Amino acid sequence: MSILINRHSRVITQGITGKTGQFHTRTSRDYAEGRSCFVGGVNPSRAGQDFEGLPIFGTVREAKEQTGATVSVIYVPPPFAAAAIDEAVEADLDLVICITEGIPVRDLIQTRYKMRGRRTLLLGPNCPGVITPGELKIGIMPGHIHKPGPIGVVSRSGTLTYEAVGQLTELGLGQSTAVGIGGDPVNGLKHIDVMRMFNDDPNTEAVVMIGEIGGSDEETAAQWIKENMRKPVVGFIAGVTAPPGKRMGHAGAIISGGKGTAQEKLAVMESCGIKVTRNPAEMGKLLKSVL
Amino acid sequence: MNIHEYQAKELLRNYGVATPRGQVAFSVDEAMAAAQTLGGPVWVVKAQIHAGGRGKGGGVKLARSLDEVRTCATAILGMQLVTHQTGPAGQTVRRIWIEEGADIRKELYLGMVVDRVTQRVCLMASSEGGMDIEEVAAHTPERIHKIFVDPGTGLTDAECDPVARAIGIPEAALPAARATFKGLYKLFVECDCSLAEINPLILSGDGRVIALDAKLNFDDNALFRHPEIVALRDLDEEDPAEIEASKHGLSYISLDGDIGCLVNGAGLAMATMDVIKLYGGSPANFLDVGGGATAEKVTEAFKIMLDRPGLHAILVNIFGGIMKCDTIAEGVVSAARQVRLNVPLVVRMKGTNEDLGKKIIADSGLPIIAADNMAQAGERVVAAARSQNTARS
Repeated sequence: MSILINRHSRVITQGITGKTGQFHTRTSRDYAEGRSCFVGGVNPSRAGQDFEGLPIFGTVREAKEQTGATVSVIYVPPPFAAAAIDEAVEADLDLVICITEGIPVRDLIQTRYKMRGRRTLLLGPNCPGVITPGELKIGIMPGHIHKPGPIGVVSRSGTLTYEAVGQLTELGLGQSTAVGIGGDPVNGLKHIDVMRMFNDDPNTEAVVMIGEIGGSDEETAAQWIKENMRKPVVGFIAGVTAPPGKRMGHAGAIISGGKGTAQEKLAVMESCGIKVTRNPAEMGKLLKSVL
Repeated sequence: MNIHEYQAKELLRNYGVATPRGQVAFSVDEAMAAAQTLGGPVWVVKAQIHAGGRGKGGGVKLARSLDEVRTCATAILGMQLVTHQTGPAGQTVRRIWIEEGADIRKELYLGMVVDRVTQRVCLMASSEGGMDIEEVAAHTPERIHKIFVDPGTGLTDAECDPVARAIGIPEAALPAARATFKGLYKLFVECDCSLAEINPLILSGDGRVIALDAKLNFDDNALFRHPEIVALRDLDEEDPAEIEASKHGLSYISLDGDIGCLVNGAGLAMATMDVIKLYGGSPANFLDVGGGATAEKVTEAFKIMLDRPGLHAILVNIFGGIMKCDTIAEGVVSAARQVRLNVPLVVRMKGTNEDLGKKIIADSGLPIIAADNMAQAGERVVAAARSQNTARS
């Protein structure tokens, strides 16, 4: 078992003909059972053609009807990415994963508003994607550092997720699913949503939760964990040294009005019974200590 | 992206928000001409820099005669204005705004931000104008009134009126308050703002609602569709190193420490700064080279870091995913040769083609200190910076 995706997922790529879409569709298909999981792509002007044997459709709805797709991954450029999400939502897919970085916040506000009451889940944008090791990788993460196992990983940052996964794998701890929720201020699934799924997943035994400055998602998740989580959670927050008022790379990584500091998040997490480390080199070790 | 107060006021006027009349001036003569055109008897001379807290720093003065306008303009233009947002070095004032005096009956606050929890634009209004809104939020939160605007329907009169009343707007001025709230919201959405603040918003003696100050920030991700906003950018207000970095697609922020760091990914870049601090050092910058770094990009990144006076060491921390370690290693070696590196360099590489990358570093013959993990990298770069610091002092 795992969360969000597994070997039974059927995936299409929106923006499959662009350079990024091609590259990551190829590496994702080459990972584990990706060959049977990836079933097509979408590009309105290239319908009827194919990408390395994957059929290209004009719309998401058509792709879904023809292939039984349940998940889509988006590599469409920022000005058009929100519309691509809208299309996947209107086609009632289970999950849409938006890798694209740099989408205007206003577009995401509208997209999230339109998603109310819809069944589709959104992961990202501005995220590395999601991987269930040994089964399926959807996104831009390096597959080879992962290993199947019982640890869930959820993070707002891409490379910091790889760092945590790398440490876990080195310690012999495999991962059930590693989820990148992305670095944008307005996004889809949040720490709390992913934590709920890990709590319900019989094959996840413990979770590494990685956050960063900005917003209050980590605090909200920590409160929920305190009241509901039946599995140990350890945490790290990046940006203890980040100055206020400056956006640290990610659009959502900013301390504004004195809110969203790493210190504040760490304090709330600790008060909710989550073991935290201030040393990013020790995320794996800390997780091992709570098993 | 930020703009100046006078630019923000012009945008506000375009959206039906009332502001005092004023003119921008780049010299004392222009200031005098502006004051004469506006007419007296009272003028406000305001330094135009992007940082807040200008009044307390001596950048805003009241003039009661043309002579006083000259005195104020002379004092403010060219001054090094220090506020709580500029840092100790302050910011040079190159433009001033000459404005007609206002008859203030009441000072209020109006702001807008994107609320991450509700994923809506949030209007905030308070009767406590002229004060730091964070102070108000901390001590008298009941005096801040909020509207989370429905993205489908927009801001309605039924939502505006109770908030306007709550902050002390009299019935006669309710239509003016509505126009102000709705104008600001329209501007916020249409221009892709990330923050808007009118502090103070005033109720004048004759019952008008006027924006006496204005601050607007814009979503960088949306600038591609706003050439008219990009045209307002003032490069004098930005860090030259950050401007240079952005030309090369690098995400860079100057900090005040002495250890440069070059990392891929924003989260890992922050964590690298944190690890430097954890081992007793101090980061000189945040630098994310991004997913598609080339040897050229790495070289540019090294140049920008080495340009800083007082740099004592550099840490390269790469977790190769799409980015291959050997590509970065080649970039680091060629950069180190090209820029004649004169501070210790610690390199930690992990992930795709790690062994190839490590070999390139080892074979380069350069005095590069290798590290296997982030803890070791932090420890080694801090030690290297210390010895460098001691050797130089």
